[in-house]
Amino acid sequence: MATIKDMIPPFDLVQPTSVDDAVALLREHGANAWVLAGGLDTFDWLKDRIKRPGVVVDIGGIQELHGIRDAQGGLEIGAMATLTEVINHQRVRSEYSLLANAADHVATPQIRNQGTLGGNVSQDTRCWYYRSGWPCYRAGGNTCYASAPVAMNREHAIMGTSRCVAVNPSDTAPALIALDAKMVVQSPRRRTVDAEDYFIGPTTDITRMTILKPGDLLTQIHIPATWANSSFYYEKVRDRGSWDFQLVSVAAAFRMSGSTIEEARIAVNGVAPYPVRLEGVERLVRGTNGDEATQVAAGDLAIAGARALARNDFKIPMMRNLVRRAVRSVA
Amino acid sequence: MIELFRRTQNPWGQDVLIGVSWDLMWTAIVLAAVFLVGHAVWYRWRKFSEHAAATPAAVPAGVPERIQRHSLAARLFHWTMSASMLALLFSAFVPIMDLDFAGWLTIHWIAGVVLIATIVYHIIHAIGWMDFWSMMSVGPKFFKEGFQTVRHVLSSKAPEPEKAGKYPFDHRMYHHAIVVVSLSAVVTGVLMMMRVDTPFFTRNTYLLSDSMTGLVFAIHGFAGVSLILLIASHIYFALRPEKRWITWSMVRGWIDREHYAEHFDPAKWVVTGDREAGGALADSSVSAPLEDE
Repeated sequence: MATIKDMIPPFDLVQPTSVDDAVALLREHGANAWVLAGGLDTFDWLKDRIKRPGVVVDIGGIQELHGIRDAQGGLEIGAMATLTEVINHQRVRSEYSLLANAADHVATPQIRNQGTLGGNVSQDTRCWYYRSGWPCYRAGGNTCYASAPVAMNREHAIMGTSRCVAVNPSDTAPALIALDAKMVVQSPRRRTVDAEDYFIGPTTDITRMTILKPGDLLTQIHIPATWANSSFYYEKVRDRGSWDFQLVSVAAAFRMSGSTIEEARIAVNGVAPYPVRLEGVERLVRGTNGDEATQVAAGDLAIAGARALARNDFKIPMMRNLVRRAVRSVA
Repeated sequence: MIELFRRTQNPWGQDVLIGVSWDLMWTAIVLAAVFLVGHAVWYRWRKFSEHAAATPAAVPAGVPERIQRHSLAARLFHWTMSASMLALLFSAFVPIMDLDFAGWLTIHWIAGVVLIATIVYHIIHAIGWMDFWSMMSVGPKFFKEGFQTVRHVLSSKAPEPEKAGKYPFDHRMYHHAIVVVSLSAVVTGVLMMMRVDTPFFTRNTYLLSDSMTGLVFAIHGFAGVSLILLIASHIYFALRPEKRWITWSMVRGWIDREHYAEHFDPAKWVVTGDREAGGALADSSVSAPLEDE
């Protein structure tokens, strides 16, 4: 059981000043190393003594990971760019307001000042059984306590589960998927993956939420010009309007030709262990004007295969309605 | 130091077993590699092949050119089971090797279901239509043949063991080992299947207590790493030049008369049939006398 204590267990703190050095350190220490970005996910783990890394690699001093730059008509956002920087960036606000809107829904102003975009998309799940140190599947055990008939699983998944029913907590993840963002990972080979492929579910690896393995470092997020100035919709439903993780969120980008939806990218989060891109819904709405029949069909299609746990059946109509409202936004 | 088990503390602070250590997987892979290389070197050193070539066996009268060893039904079972076993090993161990492999669990339980179906089929087929007791009987003659075989392997001066019936000692030993290990994997695998979403069961992760669940995972793990060794050695021997004739029999169904005469005792594996021109496939369905009767 988790025990909150005053002192964080000791670890070696290393503060590299280049990506190459950081990756070399991460590879040297492997699973014993922990990447410290904004620290908002990190210090919960360390103070609760659930994660006990021997080496903490603080990447805050790596200048190339900071800032937001123009690149190839789009934007190149450093993984250490704070959420506040993302929200206030002029081009993000004007051309990619979906991302600014999603980032603005993260927690509180203080947390957004400290939290980074890279950290927001790479943070671990908030399942309290897991975060409290229970030996669940995600922690390397062989039981999911959250899926028990009497478990407190109101916030857990309704689809995409495999033994583990935890959900991805990121607010910006569905927006990045809707914007067709690319994630740049250094390990030390540099590779670029689509945002939707950055997140993995328990069918791939039950102990991770992203493709990052020990030795990997997310360095940049590229937002291509493709979806700049499209029609966007973002909505996050949470218990407390002031500060909370999502119950369900939806992010959508529509490219319109007159009143017709030419192209669409729609993603939801809070319903599965990974943000879910709704490609079927995208195909459904393409070529329509988003009328009511399309909205209804889109919502129904979105929840196909959804299955509630003991206490989260409300998420199914919630997800359906959010998708309907996303389509309705361009009708 | 290699650890045998993975343990953790459950929410009530009790120390519980959760499975075998993944060190065992690497240990099994290393042991399999050492055995295969070691056997290949040892075999060359002992010069078995020269010895075999130096003692051509007389072909008994009345034996057709081709002798059926495995029926089509038996071969279909073997290759289906092989495919499911390889799929099971691949889907079990590739994720543990830290390679991302989406959907491994679904592939794993589907392959497990196929394996169970083939085993059920094999049991019925073996009892009803195959030489069940010539494979399964374990008695004084079995141990005598085993003793002779082991002595011959360990000492170059030891005489050749007596010729075998349809299933030689090493085949029967392998079969017994694979029966124990695969049935252990199957029984524990079914219990583990009840913990995941499949069309067969309503998922229930609380069917067994923590400690019993850990035991089930541990037995399944031990069976899995044992299968690495068993299957690696099986494939190795199947590919060895001096064994390929018997491997081919699992493809074509028959062995030729010369290999029959060289490796089997006609009194233990009775072959009857026509000597059709061109070497028609013989009917060897007459059961051999039970070795231990």
